[in-house]
Amino acid sequence: MRKKILEELYKAAKKNKKIVFIGSDLGPDILKNFKKDFPDRFFMEGAAEQNLISSASGMAHEGFIPYVNTIASFLTRRCYEQIYINLGMHKSRVRLIANGGGVVYAPLGPTHLALDDISLLKNIPNMTILVPADSVEVIKMMRATINHNGPIYFRIAKGGDPISTEGMYKKFKIGKPYKIGKEYKNIIVSTGVMLDTALKIRKELNSKKKQIGIVHCPTIKPLDSSEIKKIFKKTVNVITIEEHGLIGGLGSTINDILKLEKNKKIINLGFPDSFVKGYGRQHEMLKKYNLDFSGILKKIKKII
Amino acid sequence: MVNYLKKNFKLDNRSVYLRNLIIDGLEGGMRGHIGSSMSLVEILRVLYDDILHFNPKKTKLENRDRFILSKGHGCLALYSILIDKGFFSEKYLKSFCKIDSMLGGHPDYKIPGVETTTGSLGHGLSIGVGMAIALKIKKNKSKVYVVIGDGESNEGSIWEALMSAYKNKLDNLIIILDHNNLQTYGSPFQVAGLDKLKQKMISFGLITKEVNGHDVKGLKLALSKKKTNRPTMLICHTIKGKGISFAENNVNWHHKANLDSKTIESLRKSLNKPLII
Repeated sequence: MRKKILEELYKAAKKNKKIVFIGSDLGPDILKNFKKDFPDRFFMEGAAEQNLISSASGMAHEGFIPYVNTIASFLTRRCYEQIYINLGMHKSRVRLIANGGGVVYAPLGPTHLALDDISLLKNIPNMTILVPADSVEVIKMMRATINHNGPIYFRIAKGGDPISTEGMYKKFKIGKPYKIGKEYKNIIVSTGVMLDTALKIRKELNSKKKQIGIVHCPTIKPLDSSEIKKIFKKTVNVITIEEHGLIGGLGSTINDILKLEKNKKIINLGFPDSFVKGYGRQHEMLKKYNLDFSGILKKIKKII
Repeated sequence: MVNYLKKNFKLDNRSVYLRNLIIDGLEGGMRGHIGSSMSLVEILRVLYDDILHFNPKKTKLENRDRFILSKGHGCLALYSILIDKGFFSEKYLKSFCKIDSMLGGHPDYKIPGVETTTGSLGHGLSIGVGMAIALKIKKNKSKVYVVIGDGESNEGSIWEALMSAYKNKLDNLIIILDHNNLQTYGSPFQVAGLDKLKQKMISFGLITKEVNGHDVKGLKLALSKKKTNRPTMLICHTIKGKGISFAENNVNWHHKANLDSKTIESLRKSLNKPLII
């Protein structure tokens, strides 16, 4: 997904002369073709995220569409105020491509994890938060959002993530939740790469004659709340799963939307309100916090 | 070391008039950053009288020069010159900082003539860097002028922006430092260990000049267009609270709230009495 979004960016920049790339201090092979073909629109400006964001805002002010790319934790926490004021308040057409949303960088330790990025950015008016599940979806997102009026945060996972959205829908629309299956009583709500886990759980449960549907939310903000309410009208058990802290992520977004709805039991699964301990690989970290296939399945079985 | 403030420039009628507008704002809102606005007046006056290309009725003209007051708390000085140039009416000063007012305690991008919202220190220069890069891509010959403060230069992001400006050879970026040598608690050195600004700016690769920031002729000369291949830094040595004798170089006059009519009167009296040269 990480490779695909940049490939798509290059293709878009070929057609649209307003597109600018700004990186921090990324690998030397990043967008080599972009740099070669559009040197005046390629910038690698150093580990200086505050300056990256504000100067992107200045470029947007002049009519350009800058795509800023670096590691998710640094692209959100380090320069939060710059995003808040210079992108949010100004409704700047700046796009943030955040590598390693969630626990992708688990081996590098807690400084590199992004389990609060969605929560932080959700507090910014005018912000759009997109969490693609795979490279198929990220390409659709890119194509559909180039001229969107306002800042966009793309929460990108690791790369090489399993393809889960193939054939799910044709054109991406900001805010739209996508339903998989016709089951209504029990629904898993997922975002990003957790869709793959949700699909596997559904397959497993369906094989045991237990019915469960999935609602995939590639947009966290602005999420179409009336559509969510409509989908969940007959639902009893709602299980939200995410590679993010329980505060302020997908789960809390769904809770906010459904808080006045009757006869529903909502279970939020995500990382607890504490600093994550340990290292390991992304899948090992998810397992440690019971957010892998078997951990989530176990919890769902108790509910449905 | 040259003492640029050795000569105390007498304020002429225009400088007094612009400062009176600042006091109108202080009176309207019964509050404001007095010292930080008063030190800026001649810098802004020279920029808008002699340097910047702009049209107050067409604020989005592509060939305008871009101006950013990065030290946004000096906004009353900016509002005064914008009023003087016809961007909006003087009547707005009466509602300064009031609910539903167009003019608040820091510049907002919705105000005619204000390019970008500032107030949180250390943002405006980077925005100016982005604009300067964008103008170069567009092959637009307009220039970007950014006024920063020395207190603002406590912020690390100022130095990030300077590195980027140098690296990108932004010869269309002119940075003006209002060096009044006094922030809220004390001098930039006392508070943040920040001194030797000229040496620092030179070492960051900028074409660095110094001037008395109240010397109208000197400012005009220093800001006159000269061909360069790097960003320019003009360090303006100024007096915080300039023009109000009891507020000059006085930390207690950085910002005031609950200003009563008696204090406003004393500000006007001090401003309008002839100053000693």
